[in-house]
Amino acid sequence: MIKTCKPVLAAATLAIAMLSQNALAAEEQFFPMTSYRVGPYGANGQSFYGGFIDYLNYVNLTEKGVNGVTLTYEECETEYNNAKGVECYERLKGKAAKSAGPIHTMSTGISYALIDKSAQDKLPLAMMGYGRTDAVDGSVFPYAFPLVTTYQMQASAIVKFIKEKMGGNLAGKKIVYLYHDSAYGKEAIIALEAEASLNKFQLVQIPVAHPGNEQGAQWLKIRQEKPDFVVFWGWGVMNQTALKAAQKVGFPRDKMIGSWWTGSEEDVVPAGESAKGYMAATWNVAGKNVPLIADIEKTVYGAGKGNLSDKAKIGTILYNRGVSAAVLSVEAIRKGQEKYGKGKALNGEQTRWALENLNITEDRLKQIGATDLLPEIKTSCDNHEGSGKVKIQQWDGDKWVPVSGWIEGNKALIHPLFQASAKQYAKEKGITPRDCSKEK
Amino acid sequence: MLYREAGQFKTTYAADQQLFPIRQDRIGVITLLLIAFIGVPLFASEYWFSAILIPFLIFFLAALGLNILTGYAGQLSLGSAAFMAVGAYAAYNFQLRIEGIPILISFLCGGLTAAAVGILFGLPSLRIKGFYLAVATLAAQFFIVWCLTKFPWLSNNSSSGVISTQQLIIFGHELKTPTEKYLLVLSIVVVLALAAKNLVRSSTGRAWMAVRDMDVAASVIGIRLMPTKLLAFAISSFYCGVAGALYAFCYLGSVEPDGFSLDMSFKILFMIIIGGVGSIMGSFLGAAFILLLPILLDVLLPFFAGLFGLPFSSATVSHIQILIFGALIMFFLIVEPHGLARLWQITKEKLRLWPFPH
Repeated sequence: MIKTCKPVLAAATLAIAMLSQNALAAEEQFFPMTSYRVGPYGANGQSFYGGFIDYLNYVNLTEKGVNGVTLTYEECETEYNNAKGVECYERLKGKAAKSAGPIHTMSTGISYALIDKSAQDKLPLAMMGYGRTDAVDGSVFPYAFPLVTTYQMQASAIVKFIKEKMGGNLAGKKIVYLYHDSAYGKEAIIALEAEASLNKFQLVQIPVAHPGNEQGAQWLKIRQEKPDFVVFWGWGVMNQTALKAAQKVGFPRDKMIGSWWTGSEEDVVPAGESAKGYMAATWNVAGKNVPLIADIEKTVYGAGKGNLSDKAKIGTILYNRGVSAAVLSVEAIRKGQEKYGKGKALNGEQTRWALENLNITEDRLKQIGATDLLPEIKTSCDNHEGSGKVKIQQWDGDKWVPVSGWIEGNKALIHPLFQASAKQYAKEKGITPRDCSKEK
Repeated sequence: MLYREAGQFKTTYAADQQLFPIRQDRIGVITLLLIAFIGVPLFASEYWFSAILIPFLIFFLAALGLNILTGYAGQLSLGSAAFMAVGAYAAYNFQLRIEGIPILISFLCGGLTAAAVGILFGLPSLRIKGFYLAVATLAAQFFIVWCLTKFPWLSNNSSSGVISTQQLIIFGHELKTPTEKYLLVLSIVVVLALAAKNLVRSSTGRAWMAVRDMDVAASVIGIRLMPTKLLAFAISSFYCGVAGALYAFCYLGSVEPDGFSLDMSFKILFMIIIGGVGSIMGSFLGAAFILLLPILLDVLLPFFAGLFGLPFSSATVSHIQILIFGALIMFFLIVEPHGLARLWQITKEKLRLWPFPH
């Protein structure tokens, strides 16, 4: 009898302990986390969410949370699968009713599936560098935030970088767009086409079918076309294959510029020597010489509270990207507390307001020690992106080295495209857009 | 004792031929329907509706579609997810391009479009059989996904190929809450499942089974192979198409072609293999097993881990869940190769004799 009672007793004490802990602890800011650490992209998720969680713990350790509000989280494994992502979201939703930080899904498919739901449930959805890009227009998408920058702005920034390299004129030049034939790869086409007609260069589009581990035909075509540059939108195994294929046909790697999902260590290290000189866009630098990253390693891992089991991942592009996402989220909480009361947890609606009124200056970034981890960001109702800037980095065979300052895409060209697309969405869905001039 | 049909005399042909000839079965089914239509909406939470019940019903419908083709007509298919994609995109386009078309008609048209595509890809079945046919239907899987990505018109020129479904308006009322969506899905699924149950015991169903068991013998006794096989493809694809439309409109709200991947086709195929090939009940049990068990494990494992103080991260839980799930599939296939539906049947037979077995 006693034996059978034991687990029950243990459960009861545990429950009581947890309850009393909740009662004793001060306010808590909850982050619902639809993360993934297994499945085909598990390695990417581990670095990203590892960085994210480490920063939350870092804030808890160094400042006892945001103005005394402890940052808590719960993870739910999505395996990068849309249906599982929805299930996770529904599961975490109940816990996020009282206080909710922004939700990062790190998956375009899942964020698409959550856009309507999150707006209905009044939970803010952050899509940093992925997801539905026309959500930049916050009048139609109040709860969705494609923060920092979008595929289209990135493509435009890359074109700007190439233009600089070519001496300020692209007329008559030829650029090949080699892309993963999926929603992700096709997003940038609209921007590149607009840039092509503006700058009068010739754009050649070459799709690669998923997973892209065979690109012989595509690179033969590239050799025939003899382009001045290849803009490259790859994903997963496709990236290293492209680099090796480029070496095979003798296309110079330093004439290849990738998107931010093609520019992590996981993409270039397996390609070995052939990746040397290859460039990619990013909004966050890699490495541990960012003061914040070094400090996280010292404080959080020093206290034995690190989230990564493999410490070698600290300072990789994706780890730093996770930290950058967490910095943004925590800054939003700070901003929200200024309006809704310091030392109080924010609910989804309040966090939404905060995300829409972010203003992270270079000085503030320096204060946190996050210089170069993020560009300056200032969001508003009609600009949920906030920055639109990227850096170009180059792989020197050993590490990523930034080779440019912050480059901003052509906002005047790209943002109207978003507005048109958002307008169409509003019409299809029967949404009446908010009047942004009335938002405070 | 409870489940005994002694004393139930059938005095008319109608009574003898009804869908559920045993009284206990009738009562059981009616209770189940009452619970599903009245009990569940009263008590279930939003999480249950949008994360568990709606996808479960939708995949039941898709598994039912595949079971008609594979289980009853004996044509192996690996393209179920593709036919779902056709249904979803077709329903979206009908809704988009025809002003004022009722949503249910869109679903119907989505199903019919999928049926047409199904017939097209069913044509090889007239010449090839078994595993070779499975490979031919694999072509459908890849072609349809490619086609939906390739032609922007199909996704209304969305830059990414992703479609966001329109509002669900039925008789001027917009279905917004998960409960309403659940009731819509449930009604459609119940109607189609009853239709399937009737269909498979009609002459069409018997013809399918004859073709499945031996097509040469079937043609000798006067069953025309071509219409029979193509009809099976059409009806199966219709079911998958409607399931796809519901998947897009009532479950996810926005879908991309890549979402309807080969993985999903396999998932549906596993549902009918685990549940029981050639059984309506099997589709139901299979969908429950494949869809609900991982979620159950996902919830239970951290709970037990917490009980014994084991430090489980969400990734470990996910790995263990896959392990247990795989082991259970093997267990059931070894214990009962004919699927969960067969287990259910055996239980029923035992119950008939209980408590006095011979």
